[in-house]
Amino acid sequence: MDVLITGLLLGGTYALIAMGLNLQYGMARIMNLANGEMLVTGGFVAFWFWTGSQISPLLTVFLVAPAAFALNWLIYVIFLGPLVKRARSRGQLEVDAILTTFGLSFVAVGLMLAFFGGDYFSYSYLSTPIHIFGDTYGANRVAAFLSAVLICGALWLWLARSRAGMTIRAISVAPDSARLVGIDVRRTAALAFALGGAVTATGGALISTFLTLDASTGVIFTLKALVIVIMGGVGDVRGTIVAALLLGLLETFVARMIDPGLTLAAAYLLFVVILLFRPQGLFGRPTT
Amino acid sequence: MTALSPRDWGNLALCAIALIIAACLPLSSGAYNLTIGVTIAMYTVLATSWALFSGPTHYISLATAAFFGVGAYVTGIGIQHLPYWTLLPIAGVIGAVMAALVGLATLRLSGVYFVIFTLGLAEFVRQAITWIQNISGTKGIYVLTQITEAHIYWQLLGLAALVWLLGWLIGRSRLGFALRIIGDDEQVARDSGINTARAKILLFMVPGAVAAITGAILAPRYVYLEPALAFTPMLSFQVVIMALLGGTGRLWGPLVGVIPFTFLWEGISASFPNQTTLLLGVCFLVIVYLLPKGFVGLIDAARRRMRNSEGFA
Amino acid sequence: MTALLSLRGVTKRFGGLVAVNRMDFDVTEHQILGLIGPNGSGKSTTLNLISGAFPLSAGSISLRGQPITHLQAQDIARRGIARTFQLVRLLPSMTVMENVKAGAVFGHRRHWGHEAEAVAEAMLEKVGMGGRGHMTVGQLTYIDTKRVELARVLAGEPRVVLLDEWLAGLNPTELEEGIHLIRSLRDEGRTVILVEHVMDAIRSLCDRCVVMAAGTKIAEGTPTEVLSDPAVIRAYLGDDDA
Repeated sequence: MDVLITGLLLGGTYALIAMGLNLQYGMARIMNLANGEMLVTGGFVAFWFWTGSQISPLLTVFLVAPAAFALNWLIYVIFLGPLVKRARSRGQLEVDAILTTFGLSFVAVGLMLAFFGGDYFSYSYLSTPIHIFGDTYGANRVAAFLSAVLICGALWLWLARSRAGMTIRAISVAPDSARLVGIDVRRTAALAFALGGAVTATGGALISTFLTLDASTGVIFTLKALVIVIMGGVGDVRGTIVAALLLGLLETFVARMIDPGLTLAAAYLLFVVILLFRPQGLFGRPTT
Repeated sequence: MTALSPRDWGNLALCAIALIIAACLPLSSGAYNLTIGVTIAMYTVLATSWALFSGPTHYISLATAAFFGVGAYVTGIGIQHLPYWTLLPIAGVIGAVMAALVGLATLRLSGVYFVIFTLGLAEFVRQAITWIQNISGTKGIYVLTQITEAHIYWQLLGLAALVWLLGWLIGRSRLGFALRIIGDDEQVARDSGINTARAKILLFMVPGAVAAITGAILAPRYVYLEPALAFTPMLSFQVVIMALLGGTGRLWGPLVGVIPFTFLWEGISASFPNQTTLLLGVCFLVIVYLLPKGFVGLIDAARRRMRNSEGFA
Repeated sequence: MTALLSLRGVTKRFGGLVAVNRMDFDVTEHQILGLIGPNGSGKSTTLNLISGAFPLSAGSISLRGQPITHLQAQDIARRGIARTFQLVRLLPSMTVMENVKAGAVFGHRRHWGHEAEAVAEAMLEKVGMGGRGHMTVGQLTYIDTKRVELARVLAGEPRVVLLDEWLAGLNPTELEEGIHLIRSLRDEGRTVILVEHVMDAIRSLCDRCVVMAAGTKIAEGTPTEVLSDPAVIRAYLGDDDA
């Protein structure tokens, strides 16, 4: 029971991070390997505001999200837009995007190391215990989970109902036809990319309330988010949420029952199993 | 197989002479130069074998560290039980088998899956070995041998010669031609009758085996082997950068990237040890935006310009 | 005459859409079969199913009585079925010669070295591109890219050639040459299945036609027979007047 709830609480936050990556990869078609660094940056800002002026991370989110949105918009326009324009094939864009975002991720880590050093950073916020079904959990985990649920829900509604959301889904399903019905594909892709970055950074601010981060942990979160996105199905919001919860459960289980050092190894094994048996994702149809 | 032209023989002779000159380094220079020499030789072997696969197929492999680490552990564990000369082939076979398994799982899918899979592999093996050590209560392994830095250097040089020879042979073979076709258009390749999955898996076994052997050769240098050292993910990235910086279009391309990058890296880590990550990032961006074909592309373009201006003169 | 290639109940579903529905037809040796029908009727999908680009949802395909239903594209190509693409696909980083050599090295009959180059040169000659092997793909005109693609296909010496709108977009002279070329394939003993819209070509080339509409076969026979079939006319003109 204890493992179950801790796993779900963790998975909820993972869902938010993976949702960000899914917007970028599934919708904007950019495999952003610098996603984890955006998360760490979000965490950094939350840490900074809390230790500096005792501003609650739950409030910082309202600052982090628009800032990350703007930053990711710029990254898309400056770095990725030209690649999309010059790419002759999907494969070439994929390779270029991978190399560029790796580059950006290293630059981000390098800058963070330069300005903040390589120390771990953690702070204690809302670390009061909460009782659920007779077990105790950190209030920060519960708060992060609830915020993540709220944001995921809003995002899902927005994608499903609003005009802008429909446009984003349209370019993910059929970019060429979307162009024909008058959608500005590049602008929409930039929007999806920027939104994805904002969501991930928000996730980072939330996760920093209960996990210890440092400048170079980004890549681990990128890997986890990738596993979730691929498991849930690229571009599939519902699949992402289910996959994130599953990963949260699996990690918590492995950490408790076997060894906390094996969480990433477990995520990786899960990824291998998915690749071998359901490469199209949990709910995806086989495609050709 | 077609016969060798006089030009081929000339190039072969030139390579042999260059290798012999390179082999004299330990005899003539100090310890520091030899250390740099080992580093260059190591990255040349790794980057060249990496480019053999990733150049034509455009699959970016980040598994180098995983193969390398496994190879290092083969020496680390094996040295206590087996004669040294058997360890290198054993490492090679293990590396090739690992690569084949990775290839079977991922090479049917798109390149993104392959990148993620290989990126995670080193981390996975590292966590697994750390866990096994925790259970068995050991920490690291002492690798104590009589092997000197000069021995390591010569072995690496031999391996480099082998990799070049192999790359040259593959380039002239049906497999090499098949890979060029796959790199251009995989569907056309399949419809022309090429077993694309088999070709890619076969070729991926080359960097797998070579990186594992390199790890096995270098293990004695570490003296004390632990997972964080053997499986450092930075290695995979450095190899990718050096190969792409040099250019994967030619067999000698990676070498042209390895040499300047090694000196740059040494310089930066000596004066700004915290900025190596930043350097790596900037290099990636330079490759994508300024040097998509690497130094080889620059050299080829310069040659073409020269030939053209001669033609008009 | 026994069938060289037979399709039985061949069906392809994409999600809920049935693109090809229970297709049956046979092609014998030395025959040109036209696969015709309105846009979106499933002709190209049928070619893709034969060449192994997509797996079948149901049904079976056999070559000389041997099932090839579950073979992968490369194995089907090796058994002697080769194809061109609706949108020409050449290998952009290679010369014309290397493009054609790809067919000679890995096709149905496999050659290597000088032998492969001789085969490739002969095929270039055949499609009217003789002596232009050194050109790069970027230098070619549209019709020449089509020629090179066909030469690559022929270099593998396939028994069955699948042509996906190979004659589309040619001017009258080129069309004349193209028709002549395709006819010469049959005269060498190859079997040709062509998906085509150019009616003149269909009339003068095809021994038999299979007409598709909305994924199913609606008529089969000689070009004259099928083109006068009321069901075929309805399929092409639509049901507006009905």
